[in-house]
Amino acid sequence: MKLFIKSVFTIAIASLVSCGGPSEKKGSAKGALAGSAAEKVYVAPGEHDSHYAFLSGGFSGQLSVYGLPSGRLFRVIPVFSQDPEKGYGYNEETKPMLMTSHGFVPWGDSHHPDISQTNGEVDGRWIFINENNTPRIARISLETFETEEIIEIPHSAGNHSSSFVTENSEYVVAGTRFAVPIPQRDMPINEYKGNFKSSLSFLKIDPEHGNMNIAFQVRLPGFNFDLSHPGRGKSHGWFFFSTYNTEEANSLMEVNSSQNDKDFIAAINWKKIEEYVANGGGIKEPANYAHNTWNDNTHTATTEMKKEVLVVNPEDVPGAIYFLPTPKSPHGCDVDPTGEYIIGNGKLAASLTVHSFTKMQKAIEDKAFDGDSYGIPILNFEAINYGTLEQPGLGPLHTEFDTRGNGYTTFFISSEVVKWNIKDLKVIDRHPVYYSVGHLMIPGGNSKTPDDKYLVALNKITKDRYLPTGPEVCQSAQLFDISGDKMELLLDFPTIGEPHYAAGIAADKIASKSQKIYKLEENTHPYVVKTEAETKVVREGNEVHIYMSMIRSHFSPDNIEGVKVGDKVYFHVTNLEQDYDVPHGIAMIGANTSELLIMPGRTETFIWEPKQVGVWPFYCTDFCSALHQEMQGYVRVSAKGANTPLKYTIDDEVPGEDGF
Amino acid sequence: MKLKFFTLLTLALFVFSSCGGDKKKETETTTSVRKERVEKKTIEKEESVKVVEEIKSDLSDKGVGPIKSVLLGDIDNTLAAKGKEVFKAKCTACHKNKKRYIGPAITGVINRRSPEWIMNMILNPEGMIKENPTAMALLKEYSAPMANQNLNEDEARAILEFFRTLN
Repeated sequence: MKLFIKSVFTIAIASLVSCGGPSEKKGSAKGALAGSAAEKVYVAPGEHDSHYAFLSGGFSGQLSVYGLPSGRLFRVIPVFSQDPEKGYGYNEETKPMLMTSHGFVPWGDSHHPDISQTNGEVDGRWIFINENNTPRIARISLETFETEEIIEIPHSAGNHSSSFVTENSEYVVAGTRFAVPIPQRDMPINEYKGNFKSSLSFLKIDPEHGNMNIAFQVRLPGFNFDLSHPGRGKSHGWFFFSTYNTEEANSLMEVNSSQNDKDFIAAINWKKIEEYVANGGGIKEPANYAHNTWNDNTHTATTEMKKEVLVVNPEDVPGAIYFLPTPKSPHGCDVDPTGEYIIGNGKLAASLTVHSFTKMQKAIEDKAFDGDSYGIPILNFEAINYGTLEQPGLGPLHTEFDTRGNGYTTFFISSEVVKWNIKDLKVIDRHPVYYSVGHLMIPGGNSKTPDDKYLVALNKITKDRYLPTGPEVCQSAQLFDISGDKMELLLDFPTIGEPHYAAGIAADKIASKSQKIYKLEENTHPYVVKTEAETKVVREGNEVHIYMSMIRSHFSPDNIEGVKVGDKVYFHVTNLEQDYDVPHGIAMIGANTSELLIMPGRTETFIWEPKQVGVWPFYCTDFCSALHQEMQGYVRVSAKGANTPLKYTIDDEVPGEDGF
Repeated sequence: MKLKFFTLLTLALFVFSSCGGDKKKETETTTSVRKERVEKKTIEKEESVKVVEEIKSDLSDKGVGPIKSVLLGDIDNTLAAKGKEVFKAKCTACHKNKKRYIGPAITGVINRRSPEWIMNMILNPEGMIKENPTAMALLKEYSAPMANQNLNEDEARAILEFFRTLN
């Protein structure tokens, strides 16, 4: 054994010696550098991070909130998936948030968070995120860090080229990745070509409250619309969507969708279409989609099924849509902070394509077209192309920017981030990532003023970066300092789900606005109790409604009798606390649902259908005070048909006796 | 959350053990109802039960917090009515009129504590149980630290006025 170890050791040393030198850069920061990297990410106990980072939860369906530079996880915001920890999608109030035209969908695949903007800068009011599987867009409040709205996207599938926001939050977009028959119908799959269609939906954002509404859908050929970004500054009013599968293949797509030398970036002049729609343009088509909205006063979500959507056909708005030929199935479609350069990251190409907005304008003016596709003009490649960054790496996916004229592009196959100058089209620096990076994020990335300090690489493969945890390992992100000429790797940190895109923002734009409690006086939940004196139990047929309150550290009422097997018991529970960070939980033995975790001033409801006679306890699940263990109560359940009278008390009295 | 409370608890225990013995406490006879119930509840423990109804303090004790001085005039009934509403909305989950509940009964509190102490206890309960000997003794007696219901000074003043009507 010893011998064996010794020889392995020797071999290891030998190989280290023999392959030091140029490949030394591989591996994490070590030695003298490690010290300074540690200092750069160290946030002392009690201190706060300088930035929020919102990482998509990928196939968890959620949105996670991290601090930078520490890489500490603060919160997972439930969005498209049920979350038993918070009762989201389990309690009666939030169930409607997960309603769709397909009924209740308990899971989603979240992808691309994007923060609302004012004058081209991230403003920290809301964050939007798309669901890829059952097409939806969610809006999350950055005051409460809760999902306030989810709207389903009709006539779409694989909602991937979403949910990016224009520079004044006029619109958030949702584009189709998987073309489908519109309207859906029973037809042979191999008749895809020419018959399947894609939709690019423009959701108007209410400037005051953020509410979304599908203003119009642009109906396009059955290409796969992959990613998108808005124009800004000089290109404000345009939106750019990358496409692949312009071949319109419907099977073995990794081969059959990779035939064309060039696919397209679709340039959409949304201002022009907006004007067309404002003048009565567009066709109202039947549709069926859920619009779920949360109300912070009733603390309840409602679902409205919408039956109509406004569709715009490109031929009806000439001059609004053009195709920009872009090599090799472009994935990322990124616009630099000035709005001049549109970068196509052709994922099968070895080079990066940079289009110029100015040249695009001129090409349109000169009618420099190379034919059309389904009536949509294809602009001449040379006429619009600013240049090509030759051979920067293998498998380019996404580009973000700093304010110094540089782009940072991820390369999946060669597993690296490459920093390059846009004007010169020259590589400045490259750094390996571990491993196979997908998206990257620079705080304020989709805006005119990125924050040049940090870059987060969101990696697709983790392998050996952490202690192994069986076949499934955590997802992985890596933090770089990009303030200097060279990128410096500072930190690895694990993430949830698969972090697709992320959005970052300086902490001071959000922290001071973060809500602390819900005011009891603003609570208009139909089953709220504002004082203990209002707590009661009411029987309505076989439904029993418990109007319950909680405060450190008791429930009122806490002794309930007269419930019978076969009853449907509603616990409507209000947290009467009005102090920061004093939630209470409640769980009932055998209830076929999750706990409730109720923030101060909020009311939530769960249903318990007792199946057995007995005396059954409930208790507070969130350690709330020194007397948390005492925070419990009992419900007496009698046999069906028993005549046990309904009775509810606390401390042997009806709640509110000795009142005022 | 958890940590915070454990820290608080530890801190509280520490404070108690270091200066608990000096507190002036007086045991008074409880109402018969109260006594009966307490005895019923603790019958198996076979302990003699003494319930402290009231922790006496000097009316010059103004407590710790934002309120340094309150001038009382004639009772302002409008203000007292407002105070009653605030009290009902934010405080009755723990305080009853004439009966000990989670915290002390409020009738007569105006005779036991100074106006400043009352308002500081409402506005700064965390600080009071750490630094004010009377509040510390109350915590020891009642076990549950008073919740901060985030009232403002006007609301606390109105509640004080309401308390003045309860004699």
